Amino acid sequence: MKLLLKNGTLIDPVSGKDEMFDLLIVDGRIEKMGKSLSADKAAQEIPLKGKIVAPGFIDMHVHLREPGFEHKETIETGCRAAVAGGFTAVCCMPNTNPCIDDESVARYIQEKGKSVCEGIVDVYPIAAATKGRQGAELSPMAELVDAGAVAFTDDGSPIMSAEIMRRALEYSSMYGTPIIQHAEDSTLTHGGCMHEGFVSTRLGMPGIPPIAESLMVERDVTLVRYIPRARYHVAHISTRGGIAAVRAAKKEKLNVTCEVTPHHFTLTDEAVVGFDTNTKMNPPLRTREDVEAVKEALRDGTIDVIATDHAPHTIDEKEVEYTLAPFGIVGLETAVGLAITELVEPNVLSIVQLIEKLSTNPRRILSLPPIQIKEGERANLTLIDPTVEWTVDTQRFQSKSKNSPFHGRRLKGKAIGVINNGKFRLSQP
Amino acid sequence: MKLHGRHLLGLDGMPREDIQLILDTAVSFKEVLERPIKKVPPLQGKTIANMFFESSTRTRLSFELAERRLSADVVSFTTAGSSVAKGETLKDTARNIEAMKIDMVVIRHSAPGAAHFLSRVVNANVINAGDGSHEHPTQALLDMFTLREKHGSLDGLRVCIVGDITHSRVARSNIFGLKTMGAEVSVCGPATLIPREIENLGVKVYHRLEDVVQDVDALNVLRIQLERQQRGLFPSLREYHRYFGVTKEKLARATKPITIMHPGPINRDVEISADLADGEHSVILQQVTNGVAVRMAVLYLLGISN
Repeated sequence: MKLLLKNGTLIDPVSGKDEMFDLLIVDGRIEKMGKSLSADKAAQEIPLKGKIVAPGFIDMHVHLREPGFEHKETIETGCRAAVAGGFTAVCCMPNTNPCIDDESVARYIQEKGKSVCEGIVDVYPIAAATKGRQGAELSPMAELVDAGAVAFTDDGSPIMSAEIMRRALEYSSMYGTPIIQHAEDSTLTHGGCMHEGFVSTRLGMPGIPPIAESLMVERDVTLVRYIPRARYHVAHISTRGGIAAVRAAKKEKLNVTCEVTPHHFTLTDEAVVGFDTNTKMNPPLRTREDVEAVKEALRDGTIDVIATDHAPHTIDEKEVEYTLAPFGIVGLETAVGLAITELVEPNVLSIVQLIEKLSTNPRRILSLPPIQIKEGERANLTLIDPTVEWTVDTQRFQSKSKNSPFHGRRLKGKAIGVINNGKFRLSQP
Repeated sequence: MKLHGRHLLGLDGMPREDIQLILDTAVSFKEVLERPIKKVPPLQGKTIANMFFESSTRTRLSFELAERRLSADVVSFTTAGSSVAKGETLKDTARNIEAMKIDMVVIRHSAPGAAHFLSRVVNANVINAGDGSHEHPTQALLDMFTLREKHGSLDGLRVCIVGDITHSRVARSNIFGLKTMGAEVSVCGPATLIPREIENLGVKVYHRLEDVVQDVDALNVLRIQLERQQRGLFPSLREYHRYFGVTKEKLARATKPITIMHPGPINRDVEISADLADGEHSVILQQVTNGVAVRMAVLYLLGISN
């Protein structure tokens, strides 16, 4: 493999570079970097004028569904969706069947990840925090870390018991791996299927109150304060209250981080009017005020990461009564477009900040080595066209599932290619 | 005159002229129901399916009567006798019904939005006969018809809905419809059974009946369900009756007679005392009579829209 990335704007938060650079990549390594490298006959030249070359993106919240739910997604189709969306790495959630609470499952997923899409996507398992995700006994965390797990979570379910949460934080602190909490006090959310507020009142729908999230974050922050070296990350934060709790914890210099999904900075609970089950996710779409709080938190750094919570479900599973539909939507292939359209275009984030939230920050939280864009280093890159306008068409998704509320939406900006592990893929235009 | 939509899914957002048209049309059908021969031909040749995924006696009978009096062919099922018990999805059930060339579907379902869902997957006209806690538009229309009959106009009429507002589709449809027609609407019930931000629908919230009765023309009393107590929403039926039940004593401060309504079925001496339910200002049985006329109007107007 010999590639010449020509005239692209290199934006690298690690080195602080933000200027036009040519990169010559040979066998997966950056052989030369310079202002205008001369053409190389043997190299495939990729013209990137007006395009961005960034460190490879990682989505730290993906449900690959394999093993167990291959009718929704497989590691292969999920990785194809990642490539199409501009991600060179994904972290997969443990709510598979069997769930990732055993080193054999963790190893299986990584092996499979290396064998699909020519191994261009790094697949990092996030293991269950408790056995069977039952919230009662700790999973074998040390073995799981040795088997490649980068974090622990019972995602889909909260770790409700304060005692178990305490022990999970303590035990995982020995390995520096974060506990990722699906922050929801489930005693408050019985039967809920959308945000509790004016819209749920109008629709007569059982609600999920915003305090279910903030109460859990506040409790967990109290635990983190008590436990030396605890590392805690809030998955898919969605409420003003939850964000305030994280902001306060950061002010105290506690090791607390959080992520937000593209749908939580794009849509509000108004989208549920009409009962489209592709607006049903957990946490639910919140209010305009919450979306504003999310944007403010992205801007001031309270929210470290943008992650999709890519949650594939089949059409038949979703085409049912709203209350019966499963939670979740796919997100890998719309994340970059939504982030540029909703955050970069209206000046909520600079493109550099966006790249930090899609690459630098999640890698730091997961203790993955930072991506170095310099001569001699392995090339792990995402290529972006920040100005192309396109329309989301779920039928063109590489993901096996099409459950997206963004079908038909016009977006600006798109990932156009990825380079990783010696492989190069251009996304379809 | 025609309705704006092909379906009756709810009163949320329904234009005033549509509600007016249904209520006016129901007047003529009520007259039909007074005749010795109560059958008219407008829906001859049309087939209507009543799909009740939740038990109902009153609403189902009322719809069936309305349909037959308009000369439609009628098929009905409730969950116990349908394929739903065998695990078929609502979508498949609906498509099968439609494959049998049904023109209109009346659906009662426990999930909010079930009628909306159905209207997206079938071509027939869909009438919502109650979807979870969301809407029960024909009930609200018959309530409004009854109020208009009794009070002459809905404009400026003061109506209080009493009881479990959170779980009540009757309350929601009444609020949407009455507000559109210019009535002043309030709700009264325990704080645990009043949904959040309901004030933003333009209704006043009360927790003591005694505070409402001086400023109200009608009370629409909702059925309280025992299972709400088991979920910790109120302590006991006895306490509910003492503090939220509509009784003569609580109406003592009223300066003029208050019209008493109830969508049924009544828990006598729980949410309402028996003497009031059967009293001279109760219109509970007129509501039932009017239900048939109002449903005839809805079916007729949707039937001729095709």
